[in-house]
Amino acid sequence: MSAPVTALFRPRTLNDALKMRAEQPGATVMAGGTDVMVYIESGTLKPTAILDLWGCSGLRWQQSITGGQFHGAGLTCTDVLRSGQSHPLLEAAAATVGAVQIQNRATLGGNICNASPAGDTLPVWLALKAEFEVASVRGRRRIPAASFWQGYKKIDLRPDELFLGILIPPLFGHTHFRKVGTRLAQSISKVVFAGRYNPGVDACLAFGAVGPTPMRCLKAETALVAGAAVDDVVQLVREEIAPIDDIRSTAVYRRQVAGNIVRRWLTSL
Amino acid sequence: MSIGTSPPRRDGLEKLSGRALYADDFRPDGLLYGATVRSDRAHAKILSIERDPAFDWSDVTVVTAKDLPGPNIVTLMTDDQPILADGITRHVTEPIALVAAPTRERALAAANAVKITYEDLPSLFDPLLAEGHDVRIYGDDNVFKRLHIQHGVRTDTTSHLIRGRYRTGLQEQLYIEPQSMIASPRADGGFTVRGSMQCPYYVDRAVKRMLGHDRLNVVQAVTGGGFGGKEEYPSMLACHVVLLAQATGRPVKITYGRGEDLRATTKRHPAIIDLATLVSPEGELLELHARLWMDGGAYHTLSTVVLSRAILHVGGPYRCPFFDLEGTVVATNTPPNGAFRGFGAPQAQWAMERHMDRIARELGIDPLELRWRNLYREGDVTATGQALQDPGAFAVLRAAEAAAAAPVVRKTVRPGVENAELREGRGIAMAWHGCGFTGNGEAKIRGKVALEVRGSEVAVLSSSTDIGQGTETIFPMIVADTLGISMDRVFNTEHDTGIVPDSGPTVASRTAMVVGGTCEKAAQQLLGRLRKEHGEGDFDSLLQRWRAADRGLLRVEETYEVDASVVWDPETYQGDAYPTFGWSCVIVDLRVDVDTGEVIYDRVVTATDVGKALSPVLAEGQIEGGTLQALGWATAEEVVLDARGCMRNDRLTNYIIPTALDAPEFVTALVEIPFAGGPFGAKGIGEIPMDAPAAAVAQAIERAVGARLDSLPMTPERVLAAMEIR
Ligand SMILES: Cc1cc2nc3c(=O)[nH]c(=O)nc-3n(C[C@H](O)[C@H](O)[C@H](O)COP(=O)(O)OP(=O)(O)OC[C@H]3O[C@@H](n4cnc5c(N)ncnc54)[C@H](O)[C@@H]3O)c2cc1C
Repeated sequence: MSAPVTALFRPRTLNDALKMRAEQPGATVMAGGTDVMVYIESGTLKPTAILDLWGCSGLRWQQSITGGQFHGAGLTCTDVLRSGQSHPLLEAAAATVGAVQIQNRATLGGNICNASPAGDTLPVWLALKAEFEVASVRGRRRIPAASFWQGYKKIDLRPDELFLGILIPPLFGHTHFRKVGTRLAQSISKVVFAGRYNPGVDACLAFGAVGPTPMRCLKAETALVAGAAVDDVVQLVREEIAPIDDIRSTAVYRRQVAGNIVRRWLTSL
Repeated sequence: MSIGTSPPRRDGLEKLSGRALYADDFRPDGLLYGATVRSDRAHAKILSIERDPAFDWSDVTVVTAKDLPGPNIVTLMTDDQPILADGITRHVTEPIALVAAPTRERALAAANAVKITYEDLPSLFDPLLAEGHDVRIYGDDNVFKRLHIQHGVRTDTTSHLIRGRYRTGLQEQLYIEPQSMIASPRADGGFTVRGSMQCPYYVDRAVKRMLGHDRLNVVQAVTGGGFGGKEEYPSMLACHVVLLAQATGRPVKITYGRGEDLRATTKRHPAIIDLATLVSPEGELLELHARLWMDGGAYHTLSTVVLSRAILHVGGPYRCPFFDLEGTVVATNTPPNGAFRGFGAPQAQWAMERHMDRIARELGIDPLELRWRNLYREGDVTATGQALQDPGAFAVLRAAEAAAAAPVVRKTVRPGVENAELREGRGIAMAWHGCGFTGNGEAKIRGKVALEVRGSEVAVLSSSTDIGQGTETIFPMIVADTLGISMDRVFNTEHDTGIVPDSGPTVASRTAMVVGGTCEKAAQQLLGRLRKEHGEGDFDSLLQRWRAADRGLLRVEETYEVDASVVWDPETYQGDAYPTFGWSCVIVDLRVDVDTGEVIYDRVVTATDVGKALSPVLAEGQIEGGTLQALGWATAEEVVLDARGCMRNDRLTNYIIPTALDAPEFVTALVEIPFAGGPFGAKGIGEIPMDAPAAAVAQAIERAVGARLDSLPMTPERVLAAMEIR
């Protein structure tokens, strides 16, 4: 059960948000709340103060800027699906999150900062070589997606920082997204995959739910670009991922399915 | 006439608009909140129950077994389950103590501050090892019940022996509304209990026995689903809130959280079923030998009758000259299993349908053809010696085939699946389901219904609750049509044991057929009474004459009487096992993703003999909802237990039931072979939808990808492993 929340902060602007964040480093940051509220209900999070970003303008926008496409942290999955301006990989991922009610509240920043290894957008950021922008009253930083998730639910974000958004550089190649869960809605991934392959140039094979953090299969990518046979790439994928047996599935299944998905995609190109 | 039309549900608008009051919505003055201290051991001596001295107990009341006013027994079938564990606990989550406090938060904190010390005892989880095991849970040998039926003549012709073992796992009912109950002290020293339940009189009997007096009434609150999960469990919860109300002198409410509800309450009995058949070269069944084990969990609950329904259905809708059927339900140290839609019949028929597929495979006969050759015909005799009248097996098969002739519209797949290899499969399975109680159940209960004329309206008084299936709508339809008045003038009263007679429990697909039939007879009695006094005329003119004569309250009570031609011997299990049977055929079209083992349900055709569709929309709702529940049982729902027998996936995010997106297109054919004993010919339909779908799914998966699965659930993990490709 929750301890009473004694303070609620609702900044309207980014500057106020950063100021409040600096003054209240103990406050729980909440965007859509679709993760935070579940933690409160189950007793794993007992916030005494909440910094509610839902009404904060300056986080919920999307634009082409120099160096790529910028997605604000406050964009919801529904925003992404409605705008029609996002990368197809991101749209595919957003469409599989929860169901409509959740998509209406679930933000990109929340998915990224919640850092569940099964978060459905996370492999997308890896596949698209995205950069994350975070800020505090002290200034802004950019972090490559690949180094943001440092361990199980551990992220490169300091206590006075907020997550501002995502920059996706212009990239080429085939892409593919696949989520595997037991049902078609309200389903947490057993395996989630985002891939990008630009033959002869580069490749990215990114997975979620097969290790403590979302991860790329670097050896398999190198082999793929070097022209290895699909079976060998699949073999490397199965070796590189680190799935476990848990309440949702088994390591054996995850390993097999991860390889099958990659094989299916590469052979269909 | 309202029968045969589909008027809006009586409870629909209130539920949709949020005005319906569920148990947890009641907050009487002075309300306290209760919470339950539960065992965290599978099997242990309870050495002490202590209050954490660091906790503030000033506004908390604690109750343990020694505070019970009467016998420490949850009254049901067998006196084995305590209201609160005393000295020993036989399963994890068993209630040991209760607390009441001014807020839910305080109550939960207090429950956590009650410290229990245990001395662990060896525990037992394997039902196949339970009988005669050194670990004693029940009686001398851990056997709740063994049943054996033998009937017919053994074969002496050449035949094939075909055997198989089939399994099913636990399944959670997953009503939307968790268990919830309130007890309020009455001025006369008694109590009113209000809560979420199927069977007010089960609760009534259990609490009265505990109290040792009759100053009690039990009222059903609007109930958010039951599926059997609110058949017997609410009796225990009601005893708990009454104990707390007695100890505090205040109203007390307990509403379980979802996790607690999943961990602590009853589930569908897991089963292991060995079948051996002798079959002629043409595929005719000659002998069926069944050995069935069920895991009852730590207490008896309704296990005996679940077992008997399982055994009585294990042969499926197929004729056979010789049956040798044995079933055993045993005790283990898991939370008790109990009633769940189908009540043993789905487990048994899963086995038989898979076995029919095995026979078809081994003899090289098409599974559908094999079924054609063996279906029950008029006059065939069942394993209990019951001669069948008007069996609907062929009718439902023909109806399903006709409906399935239309092309399948495949579901659009979601992003990422476009390039997947999806292999199509079709599966067919059949079932029968005995309507109403087994054997002499109805004769024992003699369920009653009363009608009372109130102004221009007629009140129906019964203890048959609406748990989502439509009783509030169906009873008024039956009574109105029998009286020849508009159904707007007929309504069910609140189901309050202080007011309504005992119509028997709301279970066993009996409510519309048996109690609805009693409603019809009650209405006939009402008319007959008016006609006797006032001659011919329609209901309204007769009523006017009754009023003019100043005859006072007009009330009749009708008792269900079993037809004298029905014979049942509970010792030998021979005779008429059920007054009639429902029949169903299910044809599933699905696709299996060969990379993931996931199943996409495209279309499910069902044809069900319902006797008479009193309200076609409600009938279809029962069948489609039950079918979806069966699809969940088939491929998604798996209860994962830890080493103590405690459910680990105790959240809706990891106990996976199908969502609306997972549902197939339903094509629902209602076949009407009237049953003379039911109102307007109606049969029970609540449970039969659970029986056949899982086996049809298994056959379809086998057709699609060659994976042969004889155990439920067929999760993607198991399908992929069974494919043995790559
Ligand atoms: C029923 C249900 C189904 C779900 N299904 C899926 C699913 O299919 N796939 C999936 O990936 N997820 C799923 N989720 C999880 C959740 O919806 C997503 O992770 C969502 O994207 C979280 O976004 P939010 O805005 O609601 O995050 P919140 O709950 O508000 O926050 C999540 C975390 O991020 C932090 N945070 C949020 N915004 C910022 C910011 N700007 N700066 C710093 N920290 C921040 C919060 O402090 C918190 O730790 C589901 C959740 C529910 C309840």
